Amino acid sequence: MEKFTKVTGIAAPMPLVNIDTDMIIPKGFLKTIKRTGLGVHAFDEMRYDRQGNEIPDFVLNKPQYRKTEILVAGDNFGCGSSREHAPWALADFGIKVIISTSFADIFFNNSFKNGMLPIVLPQEQVDLLMSDAEKGENARMTVDLEAQEITTSDGQVIKFEVDAFKKHCLLNGLDDIGLTLEKATAIDTFEGQAAQSRPWV
Amino acid sequence: MSAPKTLYDKIWDAHVVSEDADGTCLLYIDRHLVHEVTSPQAFEGLRMAGRQVRCPEKTIAVPDHNVPTTEGRETHIDNEESRIQVEALDKNARDFGINYYPVTDIRQGIVHIVGPEQGWTLPGMTVVCGDSHTATHGAFGALAHGIGTSEVEHVLATQTLIQKKSKNMKVEITGQLKPGVTAKDITLAVIGKTGTGGGTGHVIEYCGEAIRALSMEGRMTVCNMAIEGGARAGLIAPDETTFAYVMGRPHAPKGAQWEAALTWWKTLFTDEGAHFDKVITIRGEDIEPVVTWGTSPEDVLPISAVVPAPEDFTGGKVEAAKRALDYMGLTPGQKLTDIAIDTVFIGSCTNGRIEDLRAAAEIVKGKKVKEGMRAMVVPGSGLVRAQAEEEGLAQIFLDAGFEWRLAGCSMCLAMNPDQLGEYERCASTSNRNFEGRQGYKGRTHLVSPAMAAAAALTGHLTDVREMM
Repeated sequence: MEKFTKVTGIAAPMPLVNIDTDMIIPKGFLKTIKRTGLGVHAFDEMRYDRQGNEIPDFVLNKPQYRKTEILVAGDNFGCGSSREHAPWALADFGIKVIISTSFADIFFNNSFKNGMLPIVLPQEQVDLLMSDAEKGENARMTVDLEAQEITTSDGQVIKFEVDAFKKHCLLNGLDDIGLTLEKATAIDTFEGQAAQSRPWV
Repeated sequence: MSAPKTLYDKIWDAHVVSEDADGTCLLYIDRHLVHEVTSPQAFEGLRMAGRQVRCPEKTIAVPDHNVPTTEGRETHIDNEESRIQVEALDKNARDFGINYYPVTDIRQGIVHIVGPEQGWTLPGMTVVCGDSHTATHGAFGALAHGIGTSEVEHVLATQTLIQKKSKNMKVEITGQLKPGVTAKDITLAVIGKTGTGGGTGHVIEYCGEAIRALSMEGRMTVCNMAIEGGARAGLIAPDETTFAYVMGRPHAPKGAQWEAALTWWKTLFTDEGAHFDKVITIRGEDIEPVVTWGTSPEDVLPISAVVPAPEDFTGGKVEAAKRALDYMGLTPGQKLTDIAIDTVFIGSCTNGRIEDLRAAAEIVKGKKVKEGMRAMVVPGSGLVRAQAEEEGLAQIFLDAGFEWRLAGCSMCLAMNPDQLGEYERCASTSNRNFEGRQGYKGRTHLVSPAMAAAAALTGHLTDVREMM
């Protein structure tokens, strides 16, 4: 996995609440057996009409937001289906950070596994960043994971929390499976004990 | 004496392999369910890294999302991409030696129906699947939740998951349900009250007299939609109803092991005085048959209500409600019972079990679906289908004008050919009414099986109590 340290880029506002993973990547694109190439279909039904033409009103179709790297989104982003195709599509589009007041659990975890950073902030701070994002391409935010800071286009600094283990993995681009396999002895021991205490499993 | 624990605490503690100083745990996984849509990339990852499936005997695969529900699918699937995914699962199951129920097997069905049916799901287990409705298995007092494909690969390779413990939430349904009110109405009513983010960061334990009175089928319906309330998982403490359901299933313990298991299972309840971070209580008597009007499962109202106006809401929900009303083609103030329906879908991991089909057949018996109505029953598994045929339910549906399909996820997510056309409107027993969920521009109203059956007969959303 690619390392995540610091991003300076365009932030796009998506204030709609409850943006679900069906919206982020509709079911028609789940039939792939690869992880790549889904960016062009991110938000497909909001982004294109039935003929495949771009819908000009959709935020990521607007000239100033076509190279968005940071999404500032409404509450409960990523709810619904567990499909990791949703973070795959966003990452493939070029999104590196998503900021909201809350995320659905599975989407939140899936994002970290794909080198993306979801950030939870209180409503007033999300509102402030939403306003900043509305300024378009001239408004570039910086998200610094090491320092746990977001800097708005006009220099305001907002601190954020992140799980220490997840931060460590992102900063170093670590593969979870490799890390867990270092604990193989502990897994062996657990299985040995469970075979005694719960032999029916 | 140790501090009182919740049911969630007990199952969690029994599965911690290791814990880091910051609370990050390695959690052991007892059962890993796999389907064709969220697994190909995970198996590919294993191959590329030269890894094996650590516990093939604890891994169970079944194709369900993509498979057509019409005859002839064993030999041919028209959609090439769907066919490739199903073939990939065939190959992966074979190559890695995991338990598998292909479409040719009568036990094939929706993964969350097959697991319990075959006795793979047992009380006190940890169960995961690359599917958010894994929450279903919580009905057995198993800690069960959906994971992403990276985590699927992680579980395949290590039989563990990296997790931090969630908070405890209690949802109590007191008293008794009124006639015509079902498990589906309970679970929708809860989401209507808490919102789709109300359970975020929590594991819900459902309890109370009304929950205790539910069959295993009903409990699975309740837990299935815990995810729609944002919860990581839903749980119901196992009891005699659970044990009676599990006993004798193909993969349930037998003999002395059954006795040993039972002894442990009987300790799986929340201790008196255990701490919950959040508590919701609803009186069973207050729950009416409900229906969703919008594009989020929290958009729930009693069938006797009218379509709301955006001004009825606050914050970000005002814009969301405007968008939902526009998408759904509804007008504020319109009676819900005046909403005309052209499609009825009875099935899914929420409501595709035998009890659901019985409830729908009860309403349909001896009647005909409204002219022009497309009404479809998709049993949750081949075994549910066979049982429904044996009980005469299939004939009731066929006589009434329903299509009687083969098992699969079908129109719940419409990945197979069972889809809504643009602006078609469906009374659906499934779990999500998201934009485009059942087909591009399709409109979904979530209801119980009995309510769906009633709508099929009248051609509009209907209070099933008037037909009982």
